[in-house]
Formats: sequence, C-alpha cells, structure tokens
Amino acid sequence: MVLTDSLATFGKYCLFIKRVIAIPDKWRVFLSRTITEISKLGVDSIPLVIIISIFIGAVITIQMQLNIMSPLIPAYAVGMATREIILLEFSSSILCLILAGKVGSNIASEIGTMRVTEQIDALEIMGVNSANFLVFPKIVAFILFMPVLVVFCMGTSLIGGYLIALFTDIIPVSRYIYGMQTMFIQWYVWYGIIKSLVFAFIISSVASFYGYYVKGGALDVGKSSTNAVVTSSILILLFDVILTKLLLQ
Amino acid sequence: MIQVKNITKSFDDKTILHNVDATFYDGKTNLIIGQSGSGKTVLMKSIVGLVTPEEGEILYDGRDVLKMNTAQKKDLRKEIGMLFQGSALFDSETVLGNVMFPLVMFTKMTQAEMRDRALFCIERVNLKGADKKYPSELSGGMQKRVAIARAIAMNPKYLFCDEPNSGLDPKTSILIDELLSDITHEYNMTTIINTHDMNSVLGIGENIIFLNKGHRDWVGDMHQIYTSDNQALNDFVFATNLFQEVKDYVVSTKK
Repeated sequence: MVLTDSLATFGKYCLFIKRVIAIPDKWRVFLSRTITEISKLGVDSIPLVIIISIFIGAVITIQMQLNIMSPLIPAYAVGMATREIILLEFSSSILCLILAGKVGSNIASEIGTMRVTEQIDALEIMGVNSANFLVFPKIVAFILFMPVLVVFCMGTSLIGGYLIALFTDIIPVSRYIYGMQTMFIQWYVWYGIIKSLVFAFIISSVASFYGYYVKGGALDVGKSSTNAVVTSSILILLFDVILTKLLLQ
Repeated sequence: MIQVKNITKSFDDKTILHNVDATFYDGKTNLIIGQSGSGKTVLMKSIVGLVTPEEGEILYDGRDVLKMNTAQKKDLRKEIGMLFQGSALFDSETVLGNVMFPLVMFTKMTQAEMRDRALFCIERVNLKGADKKYPSELSGGMQKRVAIARAIAMNPKYLFCDEPNSGLDPKTSILIDELLSDITHEYNMTTIINTHDMNSVLGIGENIIFLNKGHRDWVGDMHQIYTSDNQALNDFVFATNLFQEVKDYVVSTKK
C-alpha cells in the first residue's frame, strides 16, 4: 500500500515537473518573476546562512580541537579538519537541510494558499499554465542563487572558526590559517556546489509540488508545508549518499 | 451562446450530473440555481474546463470544448472571464496589477495601453482611485468588483460568476448584481452566474436553470418562476416566509 502510494505520488510528481518545465508564455514576465524569486528565496536567506555558518564554523573548530587534541597530531590539523567538514558536508548538505525548512515551507505555503484561495484556478481559467508560471521561476531562481549561498556559507563558516581561534586560546590563529590552506583540494568546493544544485532543485520542486496539490483549507496548507519539508529533507539525505558515491569515489 | 448537451459527471462512483442539458444565451444573465450538492459548481467547472465530464458536449458558439486540443482550449480561455467565489485576486499585486495581469500575459499592448485599459475597467466597476491598493486593503464587495474588472479586462465573450454574492451584505449584493447585469447587456456577453441568492434569482434571472440532485429540473426566467408548479423549485426559491409573501403578492396582482 505504502509502495503503491509512493509510486503514484512519484508519477504525479513527474507529470507535474513536465508541466513546470515548459516554454514560458512570456519571457519578460518569466525573467521578472525569476528576479523577484532570487530576491525572495535567495537574497533573503543570506542573513540566516551567515548566522548559522558563523556559529557552526565556531562549534566545529572547538569540537575538532577537543577530539583530535594529541601530542602526535599537529595543531594545524584542527583548521584542516574544520575546512574539510565545512566544504564536504556542512556548506552543501546541512545548509540545504536548513534551507529546506525555510525556503521549502515558504514555497509550499505560498503556492498552497494560492490553491485554496482559487488563485491557481483563476490562472488556469485565463489560459495560463499555472505550474509553469508559478513554479518554474522559483526553481530557476533557487538553482541560480544556491552556489552563492554555498560559497557564502563556506566563507563565513571558516570565519567562524577563525574567530574562535582569535578570541580563545584553543588553537593559535596562525596554525588554524595554516591548517585551512594545507592540502586544499579545489574539487571539494565544486563537489559542494554540484550537490547543492541538485538539492536546490529538490527543495524548490518538492515544496512546489506539495503546495500545488493542496486540497482543503488553511490546516491542509500547514500539513503540506510540513510534508514538503520532511520529504525534501529525506530526499536530500538520499541524494547526498548517491552524489558522494558518484563524485568522490 | 453556450450549449450543454447530455453532460454526465461522476466522482468515485457517485454521479453528480445526470444528462444535463442547458442553453446559455448571449446578452443575458443566465443563472444556475439549486441546493447545495445539486451539482451547480460541477456544472460550471465542467463548462469552463476545470472538470472533464464523462459524456456529453459543451458547445461555445458551436465549438465543442471537449474535442479541442490544448492550443484550441488555450485560445478559447482568452475569451472567458471568471469571477470566483472568494474573488481569487493575486495578493502580491495591486488592484491595477491584478486587472492588468491578463493583458500583460496575452496581449501585445504597450505598458501605457494596458494601463489605460485597466484603469477604464477599474472605473467601470466604480473603483476609481483604488488602483494602487492591495486586495487585503479592500472590503469583500470591493474585491468582487476588482475581480469583475479583471474578468472583463480582455473584453471576454463569456463571463462566469461563481457565487458572486457570497459573504456580502444585501446592499452590496444588489450593487454586484446590477453591475453584472449592466456589463452583460453593455458588452452582449454570455454571462453564467452560479448563485444561492434569491434576490439575484428574482432580480436579474433572465434565463434560470434549476438543478435538483444532478438533474436539470426546470428552465425559465424570473417572471415565470412565480407561476411554476415545480415543487422542488418552489421549496428552494420560496423557502422563507418573506419570499413566499412576495410570490403570493406577485401571483395575486397577475390575476
């Protein structure tokens, strides 16, 4: 039963994506909406990304120092391990899990409210492909802006670690900086960005899907929002494993 | 003119519409009335294409909507305006933005031309000066009028109104009815109104379709309704003492 339901939902999702990814009725309107969505979904997320990244960067540095403190391991290893965790996992996967909550619920509730207040029906009556009109700009905007958020996250997390080294005595600043630069593999940055692009598609499309097919009232919009966050989080974790296997091994 | 022929629609083995036939005329306010659950909304959604019936034909001036391809349906929809029960205005747009929306999407007008047309429609529904307001800043009646302005912006041939008076006070309801009736006659549109409001039925019903349990039970106009011997129709329309007294008075004066 669960399997057949899941397959049915997946089929519905594929048909939905087919409607979403179509040539827009008016490119000018599409571009204008995409820019608006970049501001709403991307730029408005920067403060949250900065705050979370600084604190998590600081916490990772402290935990690294506590866990690998040994006379046999050089102090710069703390900076190096912090960098690897941030580049490989935090700035893409964990950040996207956080954004699935913020952006995913925003998208699902916005589109869900439009559905229950008949705004989507109004678009359909006018002859507008509502899925394409509402959802495509969100997906494009979020995918376009996600690398910016990821790079922001990488930078501010490392600054968080730097600040903890600067204001405490757990590790000398020079060792932290040296560790950050040692054995740097550029591919890890690209790996994080590539993963985040896939996650951006998952977050925006899954949240839109749940919002678009809401039935009922305000309570159902809330439920769809929760379902969107839960489903996209699970999919992010699943694709994290798949992409890590594909890109790193 | 819109003709509905032998429409049947079911949901989960429950038949909502049984072989419904109806004709909706140009330049007339055509009303679909009936109790809750009688199939009014399903009939209207079938006509506008939000629901696909299992059987029958829906002819827009001879064009069968059920046999149209996607492109033909898209073209037809540019000839349709619809007023939703909850107005369905776009929250993020101003009144002007809402009314301009179909023009932006489907015409090649310049910005100035679109603005002029939208302001004309806003003025037509007596909302001059409200163009910069957002839907949340408007009363229910004003929102309905904005929705009417948006519906007529493309100068449609067919106007659909789903419960246009729901949630409105009697005075505003009459204003909306008069506006819809005036616009219908002014632009010679085929207007179909789905309503529960007996003031509308007796005030602007030039062609009334009465649905009862998914069947078309009666057809007539606001004058014929007083003398109809259809029991279900009488029970529905003249359910209150006030309307019964109105009926008795009208029937007695006719004699």
